[in-house]
Amino acid sequence: MTVTHQLTEIPEVSTVLDDQSPEVPEIIRGTGHLPEMRVDPIGLFTRVREECGDVGRFRLADKDVVLVTGAEANEAFFRAPDDVLDQAAAYPFMTPIFGKGVVFDASPEERQQMLKNQALRGDMMRGHAQTIEAEISRMVAGWGDEGEIDLLDFFAELTIYTTSSCLIGKPFREELDASFAQHYHELERGTDAIAYVDPYADIDSFRMRDAAREKLVALVQDIIDRRKKRGTVPREERDLLDVLISIDMTADVVTGIFISMMFAGHHTSSGTASWAMIELLRHPDVMADVVAELDALYADGSEVSFQALRSIPVLESALKETLRLHPPLIILMRLVREELELAGHTIPAGTVVAASPRVSNRIEDDFPKADEFDPGRYLDPRQEDLQNRWTWIPFGAGKHRCVGNAFAMMQMKAIFSVILRDFEFEAAQPLDSYRDDCSKMVIQLEQPCLVRYRRRSR
Amino acid sequence: MRVVADTGLCQGHQLCQGEAPDVFGFDEDADVVVLLEERPDESRRAAVQTAVKYCPAFALSLEED
Repeated sequence: MTVTHQLTEIPEVSTVLDDQSPEVPEIIRGTGHLPEMRVDPIGLFTRVREECGDVGRFRLADKDVVLVTGAEANEAFFRAPDDVLDQAAAYPFMTPIFGKGVVFDASPEERQQMLKNQALRGDMMRGHAQTIEAEISRMVAGWGDEGEIDLLDFFAELTIYTTSSCLIGKPFREELDASFAQHYHELERGTDAIAYVDPYADIDSFRMRDAAREKLVALVQDIIDRRKKRGTVPREERDLLDVLISIDMTADVVTGIFISMMFAGHHTSSGTASWAMIELLRHPDVMADVVAELDALYADGSEVSFQALRSIPVLESALKETLRLHPPLIILMRLVREELELAGHTIPAGTVVAASPRVSNRIEDDFPKADEFDPGRYLDPRQEDLQNRWTWIPFGAGKHRCVGNAFAMMQMKAIFSVILRDFEFEAAQPLDSYRDDCSKMVIQLEQPCLVRYRRRSR
Repeated sequence: MRVVADTGLCQGHQLCQGEAPDVFGFDEDADVVVLLEERPDESRRAAVQTAVKYCPAFALSLEED
């Protein structure tokens, strides 16, 4: 393959939304494809592959973004060395969420490694499974014989409790209520792509984001004050917050650290649980198989925290298929720090390179009938996840493949084990009316997203 | 069958050791998997397949001879 040296030799995707159009907010006029990415990012990324093939290009304000898809280009992207690709700089919308004052001594890669070596260690999974079972049981304890829940509200609150308890500590989780989940959600809503022009622009969603962060800091400050008043407790009752207080960290910095620790595991798990429920409701035959599998598994009275760590093949296949069709992150980006060779092109420093789980997961050659929900893909001998390890990428791929993926799968198995054991569910709105709101970089289910539950007779 | 471990992908979760400790070892210094048995006995197939399937880094694969 000949190596080209000009970015302009990489084809650029067409424009369907004029960046000077009056419907485009003034602050992002003239920013290329940024206005379209705020409205229909999936349409944009899909069109890049359709028009340009495995390597295409679009423009976000002053940055060219080279979007790769397909196994070969994806592998080159995911195997590229850390020192030439910068994750943090590619996500300017995250800086105000973590907090300007929060300076980490470690790179995202090192932080990921630390998380893996501590909270996500294999030998801690049993304890996490017990915690998650207890949290989901607590959430449904208040349910009557029948009722209605909003999937986003329900799972977003549940996953605040599970991630805070497992990653930060039980004592800290016990201080939280639904208000923490509400403010956290407003933070996630503050990820407008306008941040590519100015992360502190004077717009509603950023004002709400900053107000929400202040409220979270105030909640954490209250907790810190109570801990200080209480005095020291025995070592086994301490959690990460006690450690941070002991080294005199301010509430603002502590909040930033906690937000960043919980971020990767929160909206991702919440969205996946919601979409798994929706897909099971859309496919009653799969739901019946999953319920039958779980009923057989728990017939002997075994514990959820035990089984969630083991193989539950039918449920796992349904979850994998949910992740393939609805990956929580639709684009993964890196800023090129040093000139990089990628799929036959030389990419200059300052360019953003990206891979799209949403587009790669639906490549027809790798996943026949790619738009169809078919958990049978993961059975022997198809194993379409293992056969396509560079295009089946809901967790990313390579050295930085989501370190929390085993934790996440365990959490999903625990959640569905508990709720499908005691309840049956039905859609409370047309099945095709459940959809994602893609107007922010953190994608969330569009509300309303209601389902009805009814306690199972047994 | 032949087991392949890509140490460029391994994240050191060590789950494979739980499934087949006779096949998968661990290099503490490099924080990555080491193959103890590249061509395990056919009787170990189920355990090795489980290790491959549940590897959180997708770093393992099984090739047929």
